[in-house]
Amino acid sequence: MFPPIPNPQAKPIEAKFGDKDLIKRSASNITPAAQRQTQVAKLIDVSKCIGCKACQVACLEWNNLTEEVGINTGVYENPHDLTPNSWTLMRYTEYENPESGNLEWLIRKDGCMHCEDPGCLKACPAPGAIVQYSNGIVDFVHENCIGCGYCIKGCPFNIPRVSKVDNKAYKCTLCSDRVAVGQGPACQKACPTQAIVFGTKDEMKQWADKRIKDLKSRGYNNAGLYDPPGVQGTHVMYVLHHADKPNLYSGLADNPRISPIVEFWKGFTKYAGLTAMVAVAGFGLLHHVVAGANRVTEHDEQEAKRLAEK
Amino acid sequence: MTNSWTDIKNADVVWIMGGNAAEAHPCGFKWVTEAKAERGAKLMVVDPRFTRSAAVSDHYSPIRSGTDIAFLSGVINYLLTNEKIQRDYVKNYTNISFLVKEGFGFEDGLFTGYNETTRSYDKASWQYEMGPDGFVVKDETLSHPRSVYQIMKKHFSVYTPEMVERISGAPKDKFLKVCEMAASCSTKDRTMTIMYALGWTQHSHGAQNIRCAAMIQLLLGNIGVPGGGINALRGHSNVQGITDIGTLTASLPGYLAMPVDGEPTLDSHLVKRQFKPIQANQTSYWQNYRKFYVSFLKSMYGEKATKENEFGYQWLPKLDVAYDVLRMFDLMHQGKTTGLLCQGFNPLMSVSHADKNRASLSKLKFLVSMDPIETDTARFWENHGEFNKADPAKIQTEVFMLPVTSFVEEEGSFTNSSRAVMWKWQAADPYAQSRKDIEILADLFIRIKKLYEKDGGKGIEPLMAVDWNYKDPHDPSADELAKELNGKALVDLTNAEGKVVRAAGQQLATFGEMRDDGSTNGVQWIYTGFYGPNGNLAQRRNNADPSGMSVYGLWGFSWPANRRILYNRASADPEGNPWSDAKKYVFWNGKTWGGADVPDFVPTNAPSNGSGPFIMNPEGVSRLFAAPMAEGPLPVHYEPFESPVANVLYPKIKGNPAARVFKGDMEVFGNAKDFPIVATTYRLVEHFHYWTKSVHANAVVQPEFFVELSEELAAEKGIKRGQMVRVWSNRGEVKGKAVVTKRLKPFKIDGKTVHQVGLPLNFGFIGETKKAAPINSLTPYVGDANAQTPEFKAFLVNIEPIAGPVA
Repeated sequence: MFPPIPNPQAKPIEAKFGDKDLIKRSASNITPAAQRQTQVAKLIDVSKCIGCKACQVACLEWNNLTEEVGINTGVYENPHDLTPNSWTLMRYTEYENPESGNLEWLIRKDGCMHCEDPGCLKACPAPGAIVQYSNGIVDFVHENCIGCGYCIKGCPFNIPRVSKVDNKAYKCTLCSDRVAVGQGPACQKACPTQAIVFGTKDEMKQWADKRIKDLKSRGYNNAGLYDPPGVQGTHVMYVLHHADKPNLYSGLADNPRISPIVEFWKGFTKYAGLTAMVAVAGFGLLHHVVAGANRVTEHDEQEAKRLAEK
Repeated sequence: MTNSWTDIKNADVVWIMGGNAAEAHPCGFKWVTEAKAERGAKLMVVDPRFTRSAAVSDHYSPIRSGTDIAFLSGVINYLLTNEKIQRDYVKNYTNISFLVKEGFGFEDGLFTGYNETTRSYDKASWQYEMGPDGFVVKDETLSHPRSVYQIMKKHFSVYTPEMVERISGAPKDKFLKVCEMAASCSTKDRTMTIMYALGWTQHSHGAQNIRCAAMIQLLLGNIGVPGGGINALRGHSNVQGITDIGTLTASLPGYLAMPVDGEPTLDSHLVKRQFKPIQANQTSYWQNYRKFYVSFLKSMYGEKATKENEFGYQWLPKLDVAYDVLRMFDLMHQGKTTGLLCQGFNPLMSVSHADKNRASLSKLKFLVSMDPIETDTARFWENHGEFNKADPAKIQTEVFMLPVTSFVEEEGSFTNSSRAVMWKWQAADPYAQSRKDIEILADLFIRIKKLYEKDGGKGIEPLMAVDWNYKDPHDPSADELAKELNGKALVDLTNAEGKVVRAAGQQLATFGEMRDDGSTNGVQWIYTGFYGPNGNLAQRRNNADPSGMSVYGLWGFSWPANRRILYNRASADPEGNPWSDAKKYVFWNGKTWGGADVPDFVPTNAPSNGSGPFIMNPEGVSRLFAAPMAEGPLPVHYEPFESPVANVLYPKIKGNPAARVFKGDMEVFGNAKDFPIVATTYRLVEHFHYWTKSVHANAVVQPEFFVELSEELAAEKGIKRGQMVRVWSNRGEVKGKAVVTKRLKPFKIDGKTVHQVGLPLNFGFIGETKKAAPINSLTPYVGDANAQTPEFKAFLVNIEPIAGPVA
């Protein structure tokens, strides 16, 4: 059993990280915190998950979210996709393993992966609407959000959702409010089988090793950790029985990376654009210096007066 | 549970069958994941559906609903023919060497002594052969044809892997893998745990399903040992407590029996139950029955209970028959019931044949619903269209709804599946004007008593005799009631030397202190000790595990005597040594019994005395051959009352020959021609019975009733995923969305393709979820032959696509 995180004391606790611990801020230039806090991670062990949806309910309850009661569409997923209120969702895949001939019911908890290189943050044009703390958590600051939806385009996992009510984007916060006071995320706390555990990224990797060993002993030779390098690793990781085929798990990205358009747009294009803007401004200035200001002459005044009287 | 939730961690193999622990017991299931992750234990699941338990298993085998006995008997046959039994255990701790009387027989699916008219057995021929010394006759060589061993070998030989496949549809290779995994625990250092729930009990042969499992565990030497046992997973958080407290009409608290018609005196009741040992030097603990019974009566009637009046025995009702839920509603249907007090109960949803039950409720004069939420039953009279076809104009039943506090709004205790009594404290203020159940019942009691005192009436003596000695008679506190359950000394109790061992007024420390002369009281002997002289032990929350064997002896109080594994003397060999170092648990240290747990044995009873570990049985050993069962001393495969095929082994027998069927119900069993599809009902992890459909967040994650069916059946009937379907049985119909899945597959039963559909039961017409008709509109009105638990898990339906929203 992974050592459980003790309950908090009743006295208020000061937040362990805040604005001074930012390493990235959307559409802003900031000086990153001099020293990074220990990086945290949530590990989702798909092989221990029983698909009970306690995490979904815990997320709704802790974050005070109200989701609509939907309908059944012939599947176990409810709601049917992530929404501005449902920041996490169990997804179910029935997979007939051609090697063993056995049916496998692959159940994956979907939600924000908290990428080390967050595509959403990169794509975001609103200053300070998306931030990354030095412990790795990627958070949305809703008062700065303009609801453009670029974060969805930037996300290699298709996670954020824009609310039609307040036109702001929402996603899992990795319970940054709980983590700030030494607690794990609400989903982790609610998980009955420790399929979700939380700790430092190093601890999680070690724990995952143990789990992978167990899975390999049960014949899952391709068991492994999902910590994709294309986004420089994530702060939400999976233990998968078939780490060679992440796509089996309701379309989990095999090689996630930030969309080249976003990279291009926010990389080369951004600087090219800035260069163009600077060039235009420079030309104006030069013109001003050479041609001088555009002044109104006496003749112009008289012509204007004549036209007005007409 | 014979063992405990935490003990599952000690298992090498976990077998889930007749239950779906991941889905119905997700929190307890963590001990299965622990056993897997920490011990490398293997999990196998046998279920008609590939469930969420199966999703995390190492091996899964399908099975047609209602054929568990054939499957399990096949396992027994495998163990016997392949010699995969723990021989030393079986020879010493079971009745395998006992001889059965001459005249016992089994032919064409029936045992000797059957009476077709009464659908019951005369069990005279099922008894042991007794010697002139009053003890049972045994054959230690196991070669006598009337020895239990030889009878079993012959009886189970028909359940070959091929026969198991023909009956149950479980592919031979999948079945044999189950046998092999179970057999791997016949050694002394490995154990298997069996976890089951209502998937085994809710059959017309439910008790025999569990008997099969017990026999397998005995053959493997897995009872009384860590990581073993037969573990009944209880559904409601306190359903163990409710069984212990004796709410069944035939029981009194602590599994004492309610008097019946033929027992006019206390002695005539007791003499039948104080079993004398039938082997030398056996404990036969029920010899103490009288002490527990008298202590119960002293709690019930206080000072009015005296030796002269048989401690008030005459004030107890004498039963003619047991009034289980099916009989209760049948009597209501016959118009013989005036009023019904429904306390935390939603029978319109949870009892078979909902249409009959709606009609029954309509015949009541009054119905009282005591519940924290509005139940469907309380609104049975309301017309909800196809979901509840009631005509309010024709229903005269007056309905009272008394809102009660929920469990978090009052203090008290819960007893979980591990038999652990755990105190809970009030966490929230009662909602609006809701009142505690205890307050309402106390109020009712006082008012009814006053009315009788004022107006008089017939047969009021039992009511007047009840001892009601609480600080606030209108609101007995949880603390007072807990103390009363435990019991206390009424006078100074002295030992043989005349020394006072328990002063008058002191709480009793164990049920061993109870006396049969009226000098002690105590409502519930099995709980005695939980609130002893050192206070309320149910409040303990120390999670220390000193032995490292997952034994949390300072957490709550596990009845009886804070024992975590029952029959734990069997964890040691006849000489008192642990069977193996790996499973060292309770053992003899040369002077006393001790170890990780409280010994289930007299601590000073030396192994040399030869007393058996099964101290509750007069045999001192456990029963592979069990005469008290209603339908036979050995399990037999009987089809459910509604079955898609005739019984392959005994074609003439329909259903369980000893199951009770009421007049009118036999006629509405469906046949395989009109209803060729097997159906089963079950719970979903997202919901808690019929309660959380009234809770918004639960409704969000599972909003609507659905029907699970295979891709093959969907193709055959032209049903698309998410389409509305109608499912009907010979008693009613329901409509829901189709969940077409690979997790259900058609069965090949005796050469014929048989489909099965799955019907989750958590939906209804009151609450936040989409409206649905009660799933029990479909289920048959018949119960288990021993316990009368309704057959919810195997019946026949038909299915068709209907117009409706296609998602």
